[in-house]
Amino acid sequence: MNENYFYHALRIDHKICFGCTLCMRNCPTEAIRVRNGKATIYENKCVDCGECYKVCPSGAVYVAEDDFQSIYNFKHRVVLMPSVFLGQFPEDIRASQVYSVILEIGFTHVFEVEASAFLHSILSNKYIREHETKKPLISTFCPAIVRLIQVKFPALVDSLIPIKAPVDFTAIYIRKKLIEEGANPEDIGIFYITPCAAKIAATKSPVAEDTSTVDGVLNMDTMYNIVLKEIKQKKEFNKNITANNDVTSDCVIFSLTNGERRLNNFKKSFAIDEIHNVIEFLERVEDDEIEDLDFLELRACDESCAGGILTCGNRFLINDRMMQRAKKLAERERNGETSRRKAIMNEREYLTQNSHVGRIKPRSMMVLDEDRSVAFQKLTKIKEIESKLPHTDCNVCGAPSCHALAEDVAFDRASMTDCVFMQRNLEKRGSLKVEESVEIMKNIWGEDKLKDYILNK
Amino acid sequence: MKMGLCLFINFLSFMMHTEFIVVEGDFANAGKASSEIKKTLKQLNIDNQKIKKIVVAVYEAEVNAIAHAYGGTIFVDLDEEKICVLIKDKGPGIPDIARAMEKGYSTASAKVREMGFGAGMGLPNIKNNVDELDIQSEVGVGTEIKMIVNFNS
Repeated sequence: MNENYFYHALRIDHKICFGCTLCMRNCPTEAIRVRNGKATIYENKCVDCGECYKVCPSGAVYVAEDDFQSIYNFKHRVVLMPSVFLGQFPEDIRASQVYSVILEIGFTHVFEVEASAFLHSILSNKYIREHETKKPLISTFCPAIVRLIQVKFPALVDSLIPIKAPVDFTAIYIRKKLIEEGANPEDIGIFYITPCAAKIAATKSPVAEDTSTVDGVLNMDTMYNIVLKEIKQKKEFNKNITANNDVTSDCVIFSLTNGERRLNNFKKSFAIDEIHNVIEFLERVEDDEIEDLDFLELRACDESCAGGILTCGNRFLINDRMMQRAKKLAERERNGETSRRKAIMNEREYLTQNSHVGRIKPRSMMVLDEDRSVAFQKLTKIKEIESKLPHTDCNVCGAPSCHALAEDVAFDRASMTDCVFMQRNLEKRGSLKVEESVEIMKNIWGEDKLKDYILNK
Repeated sequence: MKMGLCLFINFLSFMMHTEFIVVEGDFANAGKASSEIKKTLKQLNIDNQKIKKIVVAVYEAEVNAIAHAYGGTIFVDLDEEKICVLIKDKGPGIPDIARAMEKGYSTASAKVREMGFGAGMGLPNIKNNVDELDIQSEVGVGTEIKMIVNFNS
C-alpha cells in the first residue's frame, strides 16, 4: 500500500452525523466505518466519488471548499465555468445574465471550461490511435474514475489516457493570454466552479503532477446561490455584457454521458455512467472478456456531470437544458452566425506541448502487503476469520460487511468481539460478560445509542 | 446460482484450498470461478499480467466443463509460490488428447458453436497461459485437467 498523501474534499461533520450507516452501506469501495457512533473514512480507500454525500440523510457529509474571499488575493480574478453550471438555471434566465452577474460579484474574467474540449478530444484521439497495444484506452476526464482505477483496478492503470482535462487546458490558455496582455503572473488567480468533490481532490493533489493549473475551487452549489440571488434581486442587467462565444455546440455537452464518445468514431467504444455500473463493467474489461474494445468513457455520477453532487436541481432537467443549448448553438453554426473555429485553437501548439500528465501510478488497496508471503498469511487469516462470521452483513460491528470486518480484524483495526453474534456465543460460553458486550457496542455506536431507556421510564 | 463454494484452510502448511462446482450447460455462470480466483490473487501483490493469464486459463477450462462435459468440480490450491487448479469433469472424456491440443480442432455440437463457444481454441489457449499442464482423460468416465502457474517464474 502506497503511503502517498491524497487530498480528499469529502468530510464528515461529527457534530451532525448520527451513525445511520447509510453512507457506509453505499460506499462502492467499502471506505467507511462507524466508530463511536460516527462515520469515519479510510482515506486510502476513498476515491471521492461522493456516493456518501448523495445518501446522507442529515447533511453530515460535506465538501470542503475555498473561501470565496480568497479570490481577492489576486488582481486578475478569472472564473472557469463548466457548461453544466449554466444548465442549473431555469429557462427564463439567459446566459448573458449569468455572465453579467459573475463579473459584478468580483471576477474580472469569465471563461467556459469546455472551450478547450475540442482540442482535448483531438489529442485524446491521436493518443488512442498511437497506442493500439494499450487498448482499451480509458478517458481520464472523471477524476473519481481515475482514482477508482488506481485503487481497485491497478491492472488497467496503463490504459488511462495521460492527457490533462479540459479545465487544465483552458486554465493554461487563459494564463498565457493574460501574461501576454501584460499581467504579472502572481496577480492572476484562476478559480474553477466544480460540480463534484472529485474535481476538488484532483485539483488539490493532481494525480501525477506536482502543481495544479488552477488557484482555487468554488463549489457549484455555493456559486449557484450567489448568482441566483443577485439575478433575483436585480432589475437591470448590463446590456453590454454578452455570453462569451468560446464553445462549439458539440463541446457544450462534453461533460454529459456520451459527450466524449460522440467526438470520436472508434469501432467499439462505450460510455458508462454511475460508479457501480462502471465497476461492474471494469471487472469484465480486466478479464479481457470484451474483445477489440477501443475506448471507454467512464463517469462516476449518473448522468455524468449533470448528476454531480454539487449541482443544483434534477440531473435530467440539467441534461435537457444543456442539450437545448447545444441545439441552439448548432443552428447558429449552420446559419453561419458563429464560427466553429475558436480563438483557443490558435494556441494549439503551446497547449499540446503542455498536455501530458505524468505517469499515473497504481496505488492498489487490494494488495494486502507488498511482500507476498506476508500477504498470503494475511489472506489466510482473513479467510479464517470470515468463515467464523455469520455472513449476514448486518453492519452492527460498524463495518459494511462481514468480509470488511474480517479484513479489519486481520489488520488490527477491529476485534472479533465487535461481531454481535460472536458476543452472544461468548456470553453463552461464559467468557464474555454482558457488561463487556455493552462496552464494545458503546465504542462502536457511542454512549447515546446504548442508554438504558427501559429503566429510565 | 448453482455454484457451490467451500473453503478449507490448512494453517500449518499455509495452503489454501477452494472448490467450485460447475453445472453442465450453465453458461450464464461461466467465469464465476476465474473471477473469484482473480479477486484472491489481486490481494497477494502478484503481477497483473500473470493474474490475467491464470484467469484466461481457468475461464477456458470452466467453459469446457460447462459446454462439452457433463459439469464437474474445480479444485484450487494456492500457496505463496504457486497456484494449482484441477478441473475434474464427469465425462464424456477426450478420445484423442493430442488432436484436442491442436488449434482449431473441435468436436463441439452446432448448438454450442452457435453460442460462440467450441472454436477449438480452448486447450491450446490454456497451454499458452500456464507453466504446467497435465490432461488425463478416459472416454465414458471424464477428464482431469491440472494446471500450475508459478508466481516467481
